[in-house]
Amino acid sequence: MPLQEILLQQLANGLILGSFYALVALGYSMVYGVIKLLNFAHGDLYMVGAFAGFGCLSLFSGWLGAGWAGIVPSILLSMVAVGMLGVVIDRVAYRPLREAPKLSVLITALAVSMLLENTVLAFTGGQFTAFSTDLGFTGIDLGLVHVTYTQMVLVGTSIVLMVVLELFVSRTRYGRAMRAIAIDQDACRLMGIDVNRTIALTFFIGSALAAASGVLAGVYYGSINFFMGFLIGLKAFTAAVIGGIGNIPGAMLGGLLLGLLEAFGTQIPGIGGQWKDVFVFAFLILFLVFRPTGILGKPEVERM
Amino acid sequence: MSATTAPAAARSPRGTALTAVVILAALGIPLVANSYQLEVLSEAWFYVLLCLGLNIVVGYAGLLDLGYAAFFAVGAYTAGLVTLKLGLSFWLSLPLAVVAASIAGVVIGGPTLRLRSDYLAIVTLGFGEMVRITVRNLSVTGGASGLVGISRPWLFGYKLSSIENYYYIFLALAVLAVVASHRLERSRIGRAWKYVRSDEDAARAMGINHAAIKLSAYVMGAIFAAIGGCFYAAKMTAIAPETFTFNQSLLILLGVVLGGRGKIPGVILGAIVVVVAPELFRDIGSMRMLVFALSLLLIMLLRPAGIWPERWRWG
Repeated sequence: MPLQEILLQQLANGLILGSFYALVALGYSMVYGVIKLLNFAHGDLYMVGAFAGFGCLSLFSGWLGAGWAGIVPSILLSMVAVGMLGVVIDRVAYRPLREAPKLSVLITALAVSMLLENTVLAFTGGQFTAFSTDLGFTGIDLGLVHVTYTQMVLVGTSIVLMVVLELFVSRTRYGRAMRAIAIDQDACRLMGIDVNRTIALTFFIGSALAAASGVLAGVYYGSINFFMGFLIGLKAFTAAVIGGIGNIPGAMLGGLLLGLLEAFGTQIPGIGGQWKDVFVFAFLILFLVFRPTGILGKPEVERM
Repeated sequence: MSATTAPAAARSPRGTALTAVVILAALGIPLVANSYQLEVLSEAWFYVLLCLGLNIVVGYAGLLDLGYAAFFAVGAYTAGLVTLKLGLSFWLSLPLAVVAASIAGVVIGGPTLRLRSDYLAIVTLGFGEMVRITVRNLSVTGGASGLVGISRPWLFGYKLSSIENYYYIFLALAVLAVVASHRLERSRIGRAWKYVRSDEDAARAMGINHAAIKLSAYVMGAIFAAIGGCFYAAKMTAIAPETFTFNQSLLILLGVVLGGRGKIPGVILGAIVVVVAPELFRDIGSMRMLVFALSLLLIMLLRPAGIWPERWRWG
């Protein structure tokens, strides 16, 4: 393959991968920004989202087909279901520990993550589930590379969700309440903000975005399994740190950048596909050493 | 003051008697147990060592390490490489493993411990995966099938090969780990660990270098695991990357948290429960991790300091 073609192809791959990372990183970053909790279960919500979407699509495909007519309602339903799961997790596992030491909360988050993963494992028996759609490979030729309509819709959907979220957080009352809680929870209570409800809303939105990303990934890769959330959770955290954790545009930028890095990194001679995860984590550690606040983060300034 | 230097369990006559009975029973078990039971108990002693090592990081210093199996892997692979590829004595792998684990600990802990300590959790998670993927990809470590045929160590002209030998070795390691943990806990550095854990700002104001203290806890934990890893390689004679997965790190952490982080008898109890419980309830099989996850969640919500907690309140 000519070099130019490889570069363009990897650019397309990187952007798609990056938009998955960005969507998951957004939820990670939002929750961290508001209550300073590293929600380990976030990657697993992406996985549960993929399974919920798969379940919906199996139900709908009879009368709506497995094209976009069936996929779009599946995505929306999965977002609502997983969003509510996120709220339940917060209510049951995190809210009782709001004032507890950070270590206890981190271990609890880990337990929730294990619980989600192993519940799905128990139901699926650890098999890969085929996520079949009939989207096909039609698309347009951009110079040397073929871009399918599916790929364009994936990136487009991610971008639309990110823009909506940014507007929500920066322009609405609820967004303002979230940003206020990130700064000072006690002062918010005094000002009449319902802190627990706002945190629940944050979990709902973050989890719903993870679910959307999970369904999109299922549609794109054509197969899902109980373990798919583990690595993406780690990488989404990396993306959030690269962009500046707690910062919404930062999470998007970090996600896209990480997707591109991974796509191009695997093309460097000597770093084949088998080394790509090592490459990503090495990058995370380098970032933490040289720029711990990320690209868009500012040190010790209010977050979100 | 003699009371502060005596082991916690030996402060009361009852405690002394209990400790003596436990040790005598542990020594006598090989006379009555069959080899399956010895295998399980050897693994339990081995987990006591690993959990006590992780307890230094999680219990004393209050840091979350999610890649502890990586240091265990560093030890096991050092022993494997030293004996197989270099043809040297097994005993030489112990100091080399300690050096390797310390270097890895400083490389990972150094940059992250200066930052928010919750970053450490996720960086160690990444590090654990990095080590596993690296040993799987390199040809010198045997790739996915690992290292096979690691030679047994010799001690005073005697080749250590039977399960009884390894039962006593792991028992000795567990006892050493208890003594070392106990001495460390009451040392100047141990008090500094706990001080940083309970109030980092106050500790800094008292002139404690918080980053160095946290790093020392992290590296100390790494050394425990590396030494354990060497003996693990000698016992199994074969090691593979899939032994050192994230689930392995989770099991060790579960032992620490379940029993009571920061308290030596609690951690010993937790380690034994983690190994022995799945053997007693073989039926749960693949649901093992699900049951562990549920118990971890319930412990954190209902009894956050563990089954046999440290007197210090975890809040």
